Amino acid sequence: MIPLSYYLVLSGALFAIGTAGVFLRRNIITLLLSVEIMLNAVNLTFVAFGRQQGVVDGQIITFFVMTVAAAEAAVGLGLVIALFRGRESLNPEAFTALKW
Amino acid sequence: MGTSAFDAVIPVICVTLAGLVVLLAESFRKKQERMPLGGLALIGLIGAVIACVLLWDRNATSFGMVTADNYALFVNLIILTVGILTVVFSQHTVERDGLPAGEYYALLLFAIVGMMLMVQATDLLLVFLALETMSIAVYVLTGIRFNDARGTEAAFKYFLLGAFASAFLLYGIAFLFGVTGTTSLDGIGTVVAAQSMSGNPMILAAIALLIVGFGFKVGVVPFHQWSPDAYEGAPALVTGFMSTGVKAAAMAAFARIFLSSLEPMITDWAPVLWGVAAITMILGTVVGVAQTNLKRMLAYSSIAHAGYLLVGIVAGNEVGKAAILFYLAAYALTNVAGFAIIGLLGTKAAPNDDLRDYAGLWHTHPALAGLMTIVLLSLGGFPPTAGFIAKWYIFSAAVGSGYYWLAIIGFLSSVVSVFFYLRIVVMMFMTERDARPVPLPVAASAMAGLAVTVAAILYLGILPSRVIDLAAASISTVF
Repeated sequence: MIPLSYYLVLSGALFAIGTAGVFLRRNIITLLLSVEIMLNAVNLTFVAFGRQQGVVDGQIITFFVMTVAAAEAAVGLGLVIALFRGRESLNPEAFTALKW
Repeated sequence: MGTSAFDAVIPVICVTLAGLVVLLAESFRKKQERMPLGGLALIGLIGAVIACVLLWDRNATSFGMVTADNYALFVNLIILTVGILTVVFSQHTVERDGLPAGEYYALLLFAIVGMMLMVQATDLLLVFLALETMSIAVYVLTGIRFNDARGTEAAFKYFLLGAFASAFLLYGIAFLFGVTGTTSLDGIGTVVAAQSMSGNPMILAAIALLIVGFGFKVGVVPFHQWSPDAYEGAPALVTGFMSTGVKAAAMAAFARIFLSSLEPMITDWAPVLWGVAAITMILGTVVGVAQTNLKRMLAYSSIAHAGYLLVGIVAGNEVGKAAILFYLAAYALTNVAGFAIIGLLGTKAAPNDDLRDYAGLWHTHPALAGLMTIVLLSLGGFPPTAGFIAKWYIFSAAVGSGYYWLAIIGFLSSVVSVFFYLRIVVMMFMTERDARPVPLPVAASAMAGLAVTVAAILYLGILPSRVIDLAAASISTVF
């Protein structure tokens, strides 16, 4: 059986990759993807802890998180379309109507 | 009447049904047909208020993860009041600015559902789900003027940072689940109290991640960057709603988690929150002074107010807990009224939210200028307004727990903040504008709502003891 720490390190790395993506990438769709990676890193953590403790709670929570992530993605992509119509650009630096 | 399994969620059900009815009514509406959608929303909200009052002192629980203790009901009444006032103020503006009425009211109601559940939740999973219900609705409300470049940009920034923050919050919940094997607040509290967890890196990581997640939602430094942009880009009435409702709900859940389940770890998290509260109060005030846009200025003012609220959590004593509730009530009334005045004076084409636009307001709208003065004095913490009493209680709680420096920093920053509130008052009354604009007509219902709100601000400022006793009594049963 693979020890818990392997899962935790993997999910920590995924979470860090997602966080770095939000700060470093220069395309708003990639920013959305980075947030999704963060949420999936958390899902992995929940499943790993659930298995370690022998309860199904961790896996049940994952379903809720996936639902929330889907709803969030829908709103996020809708906003991206509204933004793109106005500026014809996906670079976050093009959106400067408000001081960052 | 026997207690049924659904008792604790009756207020939430009222608001949810109203939201669904509004959505259905909108989809069956013929073009050009007028429908009293705001009235439908008001019915649901008032029903929820009645349900909250009837549930008082009953300590109902549902499904093992929703509670209707007096603490939750107190905060829910604040949130519902904010909702009712927002609907009353919106009636006229939604029509004037051509906002999609059905979507507007439905999203408003669903956001309120999320807020109420977040306060009532006694399970971290439900806290997360309620937070998302609230947040997703508010993201869309922020960008409800979808042809407006500033509105969509604000909505996207708010959305991106909000989603980012909820990932942090969820990661924190995952670690707490890993350490304690449960997501229920009572269960976590039992495990944390039974074992000494001080050196456990996993629980410290969980606490740090929860502080980041809630810090974003409440808008404290250094997680505040989204709030001036979101507050400026959103329609003013939505700003008033989200600066009070979202903050009240997030703060109440934050206080519930940290002062009940994680109370045994107070020596670990109190110093962190001390620092966050101090920087938040200072930065919110200092940057606020430099703003030239009234909405941005009030955004920084609300950041500073989040700092004062954190002082109550850091103090963590009985006075502090009651003070948080009183502060939320006072702040909610004041900020809703302030942003409502901005919303009534500005249209989509001419937002009129620059400080200069308020010069000589006394000559065009004497009543609004008078009401705005009281609102600004309350935000600044002048007697005899609600803001003064609220700050007084927060600072005396800090002194009571021995946090003298925090009280001093809070006092000094509120003295500095008086400068920027008074500057607007002086502009409204003392300066003249060369080209006086044609005064916008203001709906009578909105004026009546504003007058009632301002009367309530003065009532809380002059005779606060009833509400303070209620706040103290409602919190003493919980933690």
